[in-house]
Amino acid sequence: MKERQIFQCPGGATKLVLQAAILSAAMLMFALPSFAGLGEDVSSVQADQAYMQGKLQVTLAQAYTVHEIQAPTGIVVREYVLTSGKVFAVAWQGPWPPDMRQILANYFGQYQQAAQMQVNSHPGRRPLVIEQPGLVVQSGGHMRSFAGRAYIPEMLPQGVSPEAIR
Amino acid sequence: MKCVRVILTGVNRIMTVAACGALLFAVACGGSSGSSPTPAPTPTPTGSNVQAITVNAGPAGNYANGAFTSVTVCVPGTSICQTIDGVLVDTGSSGLRLLSPLTVSLPQQKASDGNPVVECFPFLTAYTWGPVQTADVEIAGEKASSTPIQVISLDFPTPTACADFGPSGETLPDLGANGILGVGSFPQDCGGACATTGPSNPELYYECPASGCVVAAEGLAQQVQNPVVLFSTDNNGVIIELPAVSGPETTLSGSLIFGIGTQSNNGLDGATVYSVDDYGNFITTYQKTAYNQSFIDSGSNGLYFLDSSTTGIPVCSDANYFYCPSATQNLSATNEGSTGSPSGTVSFSVANADDLFNDNPNANVFGQLAGPNSLIGFDWGLPFFYGRHVYTAIYGQSTPGGTGPYWAY
Repeated sequence: MKERQIFQCPGGATKLVLQAAILSAAMLMFALPSFAGLGEDVSSVQADQAYMQGKLQVTLAQAYTVHEIQAPTGIVVREYVLTSGKVFAVAWQGPWPPDMRQILANYFGQYQQAAQMQVNSHPGRRPLVIEQPGLVVQSGGHMRSFAGRAYIPEMLPQGVSPEAIR
Repeated sequence: MKCVRVILTGVNRIMTVAACGALLFAVACGGSSGSSPTPAPTPTPTGSNVQAITVNAGPAGNYANGAFTSVTVCVPGTSICQTIDGVLVDTGSSGLRLLSPLTVSLPQQKASDGNPVVECFPFLTAYTWGPVQTADVEIAGEKASSTPIQVISLDFPTPTACADFGPSGETLPDLGANGILGVGSFPQDCGGACATTGPSNPELYYECPASGCVVAAEGLAQQVQNPVVLFSTDNNGVIIELPAVSGPETTLSGSLIFGIGTQSNNGLDGATVYSVDDYGNFITTYQKTAYNQSFIDSGSNGLYFLDSSTTGIPVCSDANYFYCPSATQNLSATNEGSTGSPSGTVSFSVANADDLFNDNPNANVFGQLAGPNSLIGFDWGLPFFYGRHVYTAIYGQSTPGGTGPYWAY
């Protein structure tokens, strides 16, 4: 099975052991708290960083901070964090999509269900647009070039356009 | 391996065993499109580089703007073959992927330690999971010997990391096709990254011993291949030729032509060459903004670009992935090579998608079907191909228009 090594998180003493692939599908239900990302606390960004074995860079904006994780795969994930410490948006870009369960956290199920419904209601290959109460996901691209964003509309800071999330 | 999920209702497959020669001849001679030059007939089917394609509802009966064709796979070196129709022609990916079950039993690709190789391939809307098997892939008169392909099946349990991409594309209703023929800009689906070990590996290829699947490095030649590069000739790219449409139509017939400048029927013929970058993109400029992650893709089923706030075109209330303007919009954009030149204007129209579907319940060809593509810029899908000869040159392959990758039209 796929094994994850133990990583030291820069700037923190937390050691994380992610062995997601070892868990059975049933056990995974109970493992969700170990996932990070959308809707989670800022401290969860480090779990994503460890999972992606990436470099972390934090930039400050007016109403939020952007935690950018650059993975060795070329995948870049940006997590948008409110001053309250909650991740209200994620954006990604790279030759392949990121682990969507990791970055959408507890919103992954909603995303998966909505995406599957959309595929079945209008068959055809096209960019994904999910706009539901409480969750927006948009993604586009093709083999070797993917990009997307997801956000919780209710949590967008006043005056911040979704366009800023990319 | 026994197939654990063999419920494929409504699957319409032509299955032949050991009758490939006759069938291939019929297929090779069936393709021509109204507006394009008729390819010169060749004396034997093996000389033919023209494959008929048809835009229709596809094997699931409900696909809009899908170009379908048939592909024959054979046990390598034998005449034990199966022809599968309803395979989507996709210049946005590389490699042949076929829904299981196949009637022909193809050899499983094995890693050096003898374990079966299985792939998780993420498409935009869904991932495909299944073993890499080896086939002689025959299309028109061309043959790609011992080609690694993906057979989409759940014979091996899907690893968590694969399922974590999102929705799965494992069935006919999921895909709307019996398979996907990826004849895009790259020789392999993944490339160098999947041949590495460690954290730079994007985790597409697995080895699956009985104890469970583990991520594995897979050499370039062992990865799922664009079959075109393995043809002995006509192997530097493809041309898709489809006639223009004036309104919604039920079917549209055209050609998939192999090779660029290798035969009398596949010259560049004055087409403009637009270079493509290492990620498979070029530049589309719309209203003075350049979008450098734009691309041409026969496997996208509409013209997808920007979003409502940028274009001012509303999306449909019942399907926010399509545009629904109150009146058809006539627009233009400028395509540029990834290096910034050359450039050329493209005129296109966006109709109300609800009206297109509701007013034409039997149509499958919609030249004005469009929708948003918020982050990327322009995804020039199949409607772009109507009325054009679109060339896709493969990375690293030399052609009279230069070395690939590029698009020309």
